[in-house]
Amino acid sequence: MIREFGTGDIVYLVFAARWTLALTALAFTGGACVGLVLAVMRISSLAPLRILASCYIQIVQGTPLLVWLFLFYFGLSIAGLPVNAWTAAAFAYSIYGGAFLGEIWRGALIAVAPTQWEAGASLGLTYVQQMRHIIMPQAVRIATPPTIGFLVQLIKNTSLAATIGFVELTREGQLTSASTYKPFAVYMTVACIYFLICFPLTQWSRRLEERFNVAR
Amino acid sequence: MSRVELTNVSKYYGPLRVLDDVSLSIETGEVIAIIGRSGSGKSTLLRCLNGLEPIQAGEILIDGVKVNDPDTDLRKLRQNVGIVFQSFNLFPHLSVSDNITLAPRLVLKQGPDQARKLAADVLARVGLADKIDAMPQQLSGGQQQRVAIARSLAMNPQLMLFDEVTSALDPELTGEVLRVLEGVAREGMTMILVTHEMGFARHFATRIVFMHQGKVWEQGPVADTLSHPQTAELKSFLDAVLN
Ligand SMILES: Nc1ncnc2c1ncn2[C@@H]1O[C@H](COP(=O)(O)OP(=O)(O)O)[C@@H](O)[C@H]1O
Ligand SMILES: [Mg+2]
Repeated sequence: MIREFGTGDIVYLVFAARWTLALTALAFTGGACVGLVLAVMRISSLAPLRILASCYIQIVQGTPLLVWLFLFYFGLSIAGLPVNAWTAAAFAYSIYGGAFLGEIWRGALIAVAPTQWEAGASLGLTYVQQMRHIIMPQAVRIATPPTIGFLVQLIKNTSLAATIGFVELTREGQLTSASTYKPFAVYMTVACIYFLICFPLTQWSRRLEERFNVAR
Repeated sequence: MSRVELTNVSKYYGPLRVLDDVSLSIETGEVIAIIGRSGSGKSTLLRCLNGLEPIQAGEILIDGVKVNDPDTDLRKLRQNVGIVFQSFNLFPHLSVSDNITLAPRLVLKQGPDQARKLAADVLARVGLADKIDAMPQQLSGGQQQRVAIARSLAMNPQLMLFDEVTSALDPELTGEVLRVLEGVAREGMTMILVTHEMGFARHFATRIVFMHQGKVWEQGPVADTLSHPQTAELKSFLDAVLN
């Protein structure tokens, strides 16, 4: 039953990378929504909001992503709330991504000079207007390189979703390897596909970072 | 009714008393030059006037509106009180035009065309009509400060505060900013300037306020106060800055 590792297998691997990308998109979108809220809470003048966000970030950064995946996928079904794999992944990755993006974006928000808030306030702008038109646009530039860096981590971490049934790139590689007995060739191919996805992003991030440093 | 009325104002940073029982009354059209050593509370006084800093005792009224009252709409007040900072504080991601029109569009709900025309008008007043589409970092320090003044003027304030607006500039650039201030003063604007430019104060201020250790130590008409200081502190301060 052992087959050769051929072009067909490579095509399957590339196809499986679709799920890697789909999971990444889902995780990043969910994480961004949670992260934005957390970042704004972290710089709020209301202490309870700051503390709440800070606790959340500490807890999530101190627990493995795998545990969150298991918690939502297996934990909720045993608790009588059967969730499908996509829903479980959406929750787990949003919670996980939100904690890291929240921290990155908080850093970017406080890196904008406090005098920029004052200038906005002195012109009669509301807090939300200052945030939206003065602080956020400047914070986005600061935050983009580390955000892309996190995105690259996220792409690699989508392989954990295999544990709750997703046949994404790594899992497909495992299956292919099992049926061809060519682990070296298969996993080299898998590694190349990950690299081809991540490399342009890291390059882009490096370029932005250089431009940002020059602009300062 | 005075334009600005401070009564027994005290301000603390923790245990540090930065403003100590300050009382001051300013009429419409006056140009007040606040002088004093570094750390005497001049910047803090200006920041309290537009509510950027809270006060712990006393009362501040601007056009009869109490600044230190939780029920006062500070945003509304700030539309009438412009402030220009030593470090310009332009928005670096916005063009000169957008720096100026941001508040008129968001706060005064002006349309883009009306706001753009307003930007052109105020830029003409500070002599920078040709820079309307420049980015702040393409401008010299003096030009950036003139844009900051134009941005403030665009809100058509009734009172303008200037905190050492020429101190961050190379000496050859201070003249262009002072000329803009002269123009604003001539138009009848009520102005409070923290300044070390004694020449400017002598010609354009109506009154000198000398601050020392958080107190209004001495004040009076410009010529008189500068030529006949009543206190030893002002005398030694003037000796130091004039030489
Ligand atoms: N945010 C702050 N926190 C604590 N102390 C401050 C703060 N701002 C100013 N001070 C102190 O208040 C005093 C007055 O400062 P300031 O008003 O800036 O003086 P000036 O403008 O006359 O140089 C100084 O002793 C300064 O160190
Ligand atoms: Mg000062």
